[in-house]
Amino acid sequence: MNKNFSKRHKAENRFKAYGFFSLILAATMLAIIVGSMIYRSIPAYTNYTIDLEINMTEISLEDGIDDINYRGIIRSSLFSFFPEVQSRSDKRKLFKLISSSATYTLRDFVRENPSYIGKKFYFNVLFTDDSDLFYKGYVDISLPEDERRLDNKEITWLNQLDGTGLVKNKISKNLFLNGDSREPEVAGFWGATIGSLITITVTLLLSFPIGVLTAIYLENFAIKNRITDFIEVNINNLAAVPSIIFGLLGLAVFINFFGMPRSVPLVGGLVLSLMTLPTIIIATRTSLQSVPPSIREAALAMGASEMQVVFQHLLPSAMPGILTGTIIGLARAFGESAPLLLIGMVAFIVDIPATFTDPATALPVQIYIWADSPERAFVAKTSAATLILISLLVLINLAAVLLRKRYEVKW
Amino acid sequence: MPFYHGLYVLLWAILIPFFLIILFLTFKANYLNYLVTPYLSEETISLGSDEIIYVKSFLINNISNLNNLINSGFISEADSNSLIEKYQNSRLISFISVIVLSIVLSFVSYRKLSVRFDARRRVESILKFIFFIFSTLAVLTTIGIIFSLIFETLRFFSQVGFFDFVFGTHWSPQTAIREDQVGSSGSFGAIPLFTGTLLITAVAMSIAAPLGLYSAIFLSQYAKPKTRDFLKPILEILAGIPTVVYGFFAALTVGPFVRSCGEYIGLTVASESALAAGLVMGIMIIPYVSSLSDDVMTAVPLSLRDGSLALGATQAETVKKVIIPAALPGIVSALLLAISRAIGETMIVVMAAGLAANLTANPLSAVTTVTVQIVTLLVGDQEFDSAKTLAAFALGLMLFVITLALNVFAMIIVRRYRERYE
Repeated sequence: MNKNFSKRHKAENRFKAYGFFSLILAATMLAIIVGSMIYRSIPAYTNYTIDLEINMTEISLEDGIDDINYRGIIRSSLFSFFPEVQSRSDKRKLFKLISSSATYTLRDFVRENPSYIGKKFYFNVLFTDDSDLFYKGYVDISLPEDERRLDNKEITWLNQLDGTGLVKNKISKNLFLNGDSREPEVAGFWGATIGSLITITVTLLLSFPIGVLTAIYLENFAIKNRITDFIEVNINNLAAVPSIIFGLLGLAVFINFFGMPRSVPLVGGLVLSLMTLPTIIIATRTSLQSVPPSIREAALAMGASEMQVVFQHLLPSAMPGILTGTIIGLARAFGESAPLLLIGMVAFIVDIPATFTDPATALPVQIYIWADSPERAFVAKTSAATLILISLLVLINLAAVLLRKRYEVKW
Repeated sequence: MPFYHGLYVLLWAILIPFFLIILFLTFKANYLNYLVTPYLSEETISLGSDEIIYVKSFLINNISNLNNLINSGFISEADSNSLIEKYQNSRLISFISVIVLSIVLSFVSYRKLSVRFDARRRVESILKFIFFIFSTLAVLTTIGIIFSLIFETLRFFSQVGFFDFVFGTHWSPQTAIREDQVGSSGSFGAIPLFTGTLLITAVAMSIAAPLGLYSAIFLSQYAKPKTRDFLKPILEILAGIPTVVYGFFAALTVGPFVRSCGEYIGLTVASESALAAGLVMGIMIIPYVSSLSDDVMTAVPLSLRDGSLALGATQAETVKKVIIPAALPGIVSALLLAISRAIGETMIVVMAAGLAANLTANPLSAVTTVTVQIVTLLVGDQEFDSAKTLAAFALGLMLFVITLALNVFAMIIVRRYRERYE
């Protein structure tokens, strides 16, 4: 008997431990995902730069600001550190250590501050991703030369430059303020974030009113019959359709049949709103159901019409629940990328979109594009974008939780 | 009630013209296409379908810009003028028709108003009708999905045999540019895609089912409220992480990790192995399994549980012999829904699984899935008539049917076998 007891207790403890263990495992995986993203994103937030001495003393305003040879000025400034480098191929190699964006940033700077023409001044330019990773210690010098992105010569130059004291590690503004670019040191996720926001705005504007009105109809006005039953079953099924199917729908109907343009947030928002509709409808119905019938009956007894009951009494009481459901649905749409791939929002877009019909991409899709890029520096950029996406979603969901806690009425 | 009288007129004045505008916008693209077709030059037509599509879209995009039209060289000056004139006329006609309709309707409805006119009820029945229209949107979406998929799939089957697709074991959708190239036809056997999908789903479920169920059991039966408040958000965050993040994690961290583990014990592992994608997908699905089965287990009446405990059963015995059998239909349906989600999951497999269609059951090799192929076939520019793009819709239809069947099946199980407790 005793033996049996201890056996059963052991089984009990084992069972409990399995449960605890699986939760801990899930928590560990979450920690590993977030931790690895944080760890890998570290190189993305800063970029090594160098203050180059720009000599514009021989240039006057009459030359025309756009015709100045900015590239040549930067080249000669860089080469002045290495008087011994003479061969053309070496010079080209040397110039490749700093970012090709240097020319444009200098041009933009001089355009805005023409007073610098004719002067000598220090101008801060970016290194390329490879030099940057070297300074950050991510290039393994012990590897044989041909397995590295930088050869011995380039590494000597970079070390020499470091010795001048002009090399600085600065916060990478580009990451937060730029659109996409082929150069990792210039690329940023601001364009994608704006694209996401525009898309989500379209989704909100379409799915919120339509979803709420549909739910009101089904909950308060619809007579139970075959048609409304069919609509209900449909909505529940739509909620479980894989998101990529909505992408196929968008491609076939919006782009091919209606001839809407590809890659635009308008179509993305349309597709995502079809996807979000069921979530909003179901959330609205649940919170309408939770309003006690006494309120409705009291309003009806005072002579209000059905419509007045809904809009003046039920809807205001159910609003916190409806908004929470909407926010959760939109958060899911915000993180969605599969349907957007199919309607062409996966294009390489440098400009930051401003309207519903500008070509744009979305933050999750930007992550996908960067994850596919071969340059090593994009790994850090992708991880940083991932963290931003996760923290945005956590913030949105937190807003939903707070909203519910603050305004929810317990009947 | 002056408010309702005003609203009544307003609704009439706006509603039907609004539908008219939507109708116009809907068919604008088709109309423009029809409008420019007679203006295509013989030269353009002789250059084939690609050129025709390009010129058409150029004409449509520049239809209000005379200079662009003339400078393009696609169309003569006289033709451009007549095209622009036609376009502007049709725009004017549609604009005037909307305005006139609006004025007429508001006038008619205004004449109806009187002191005894019951505007409130009329307005409400109109609004009710609008709401009804909105609620049919969900049905329209479903119809849209089904029809667009079926339509394109039928076009696909006019080029590729049905049995070649459903029972073919070789998938290589690359159609060659020249007719005489080797393998120019491309082959569309979908079996390797489905086995690949099943393989990854199986790996994912073998992670998600036990972990999800045990988590749910712990949360609903063992955890004290405080621990529950602390542990449940972890699962909620896992559920909220976008799939693209999981995909990146799988490709960057898990894939190489699985590979080096395999090499350590002397196995050859593909760098895009089904195991890596399945593992990460399993983690993603844990919260679905746990939250759904948590709900059904908490729904089992306390009296059953207390009765079992009172008879001397341990907690574990109660869970295994009373709660799980009582909640079984719900748990099974939760697992089915999780499987349907795993089958339809896209980003993880696009980023972490392979592209080569291997017919294998070895989780260490690279396989491809239905969703991966849909994305690969459709991303980028493509003409819309080739078997390659149409194949994506055929795959989409099969995916839709399978997930729908799983969902319906899950619903039936719950309805049929759910124990009813008074």
